[in-house]
Amino acid sequence: MAELTYLQAISDGLRTEMRRDKRVFLIGEDVGVYGGAFKVSQGFQEEFGPWRVIDAPLAETAIVGGATGAAIMGLRPVAEMQFADFISCAWDHLVTIAAKQRWRAGTPVPIVVRLPSGGGFSGGPFHSQNPESSFAHIPGLKCVCPATPEDAKGLLISAIEDPNPVLYFEHKHLYRRIKGEVPEERYTTPIGKARMHQEGSDISVITWGAMVYTAEEAAQQLDADGVSVEILDLRTVMPWDKAAVLESARKTSKVLVLHEDTRTGGFGAEIAASISEEAFEDLDAPVKRIAAPDTPVPFSPVLEKAFIPQVDDVVAGLRELAAY
Amino acid sequence: MAIAREAGPVGSIHEVREAGLDRDDLLGVYRNMLITRGVEERGHILYRQGKIPGSFYTGRGNEAAAVGVATAMSSEDVGTPLHRDMGVHITRGVEPWRIFANYMGRVDGPARGRDGNVHMADQQLGMIAMVSHLPAMLPVAVGCALAFRIREEPRVAVGWFGEGASARGDAHESMTFAGTRRLPMVFVCDNNQFAYSTLTQYEYATEHVADRAQAYGFEGVVVDGTDVLAVYREAKRAIDKARAGGGPTLVECLTLRMEGHAVHDDAFYVPKQMFEKWAESDPIERFRTWLRDNAEMTDSEEDDIAASVKKLLISSLERADESPQPDPATLLDGVYATPEDLDTPHHK
Repeated sequence: MAELTYLQAISDGLRTEMRRDKRVFLIGEDVGVYGGAFKVSQGFQEEFGPWRVIDAPLAETAIVGGATGAAIMGLRPVAEMQFADFISCAWDHLVTIAAKQRWRAGTPVPIVVRLPSGGGFSGGPFHSQNPESSFAHIPGLKCVCPATPEDAKGLLISAIEDPNPVLYFEHKHLYRRIKGEVPEERYTTPIGKARMHQEGSDISVITWGAMVYTAEEAAQQLDADGVSVEILDLRTVMPWDKAAVLESARKTSKVLVLHEDTRTGGFGAEIAASISEEAFEDLDAPVKRIAAPDTPVPFSPVLEKAFIPQVDDVVAGLRELAAY
Repeated sequence: MAIAREAGPVGSIHEVREAGLDRDDLLGVYRNMLITRGVEERGHILYRQGKIPGSFYTGRGNEAAAVGVATAMSSEDVGTPLHRDMGVHITRGVEPWRIFANYMGRVDGPARGRDGNVHMADQQLGMIAMVSHLPAMLPVAVGCALAFRIREEPRVAVGWFGEGASARGDAHESMTFAGTRRLPMVFVCDNNQFAYSTLTQYEYATEHVADRAQAYGFEGVVVDGTDVLAVYREAKRAIDKARAGGGPTLVECLTLRMEGHAVHDDAFYVPKQMFEKWAESDPIERFRTWLRDNAEMTDSEEDDIAASVKKLLISSLERADESPQPDPATLLDGVYATPEDLDTPHHK
């Protein structure tokens, strides 16, 4: 095992698959000569050549639509959006074609779209969003949101292997901040299975992505209060591990759903509704949601801090639930 | 002022032979054009009989453009034909009964009742099912060409669009990408003069759509889309060039949409004289005359072809009508693909 950053783990996963399977190729803006805006594919073009690490024109529609066509012809494209926010330009190609082609025409579309997402560094309204809920709502798409280096590698390999369009949300705030042990060999992390980040007995936090670490810090403070917090890292938002969520909810009887995306219609609403429908009798408190407010992502550090759920916000929410 | 090359008509049968078609091929092309029109005419009757849900679209007037391009493709090539391109499906071998079944939403249509009208394709025959967002199929076709380039296969992708679809960014991005990478791609614009009701002058400001090709670094050609042999010749040239590594071509076929946008539309906005003028160059009648004048098509050959097409259409209608309705219990099946779904020739 080697200790890798979250970013290195993504590179490792991609390199592993590109070495193993010559059908896999990377296409995106500045992924070749420059090695990607965040250097995920640094050195890839030297190793795999310009037709497997393709510098695309500034044309997200052509990138995602092109990946779709190449996938239908039997390749395994990994398309990189320079920022997750730019996927809006290729919405049509994901939602109209890639998502529906299997159901409608019997044509599978095995593509991966890598989406550097999330805020915390004054990226402003167009370099900070977490649009996973929008895509989780579209039948036919899968959405994965790894939080750890180990899952970043394993879920990327699973996404490439998967016969469906998979949106791979990689959280920029975790890129160089989070390190962890990552197996050197090839392995897959199942899509649709949550990961128990920490066990607890009094309150469950259901979350994913960078918020796993916000929840962890908050849980440490609650621990000092004598409250035991369980953190379930969903890992994949579509399909999502409802069984694991319900099991945790039944165990602790109090649930906080936490996400960095905005609140209304966020995926947390689906989780809260499902718990209410299926585990109502086991609850000792209403399911609580903590999410970003319903605004665009602000630029100023002061405003951004007010936007992204902070440790203190989660602590307050957990204390409220503990006292209920 | 036109920038694109304006292609002339095909003269003699010798010129056609040079382009790769023998006399039997020519009669086959004629038959495919008759089947194309016949399928749509009978589809229209089915619609009036209330047997087709939703709406109904035809490509009347576009038979030569569609059949001409498809005839120039090899079996290994792929394409993304749209709703005026029935002739592509017919030429590549989709059986008419399956098309009628698709119209009627039955399980034996390529879309198995999950999508209607011409939103269908038989992928085994090298086609990818269109979506309503018409220009959106162009980047998909470019992606096919990219796959051929990456694998260094001598195959070509053909992407269809209309002059209306040419206005959207997808067309620009597709041509930019295909042009910069010199991908084995042929863009075919069916310019049928009306995007629903909108005139060409509000879709593009150049003389021809194909004039744009130069800006993307490849050749543009304008051809009379009612002349199946001229369309074939230009498409063949473009496909051969793409296959040889010469990059994309934009072939613009000039036609007129001889009916409304769909059955509900009486096309009141198209001047009557325009219909009359274009009716004089009806693609099927034009080719029939050419075959009689240049290929000595006899009365009995002509009658035999017409009779066999009629028989095919009647038996196809009967067979389609026997196809079952989809079972609502299957609605949830196949939203997500399974690994077994990738067990196709393309994914080996």
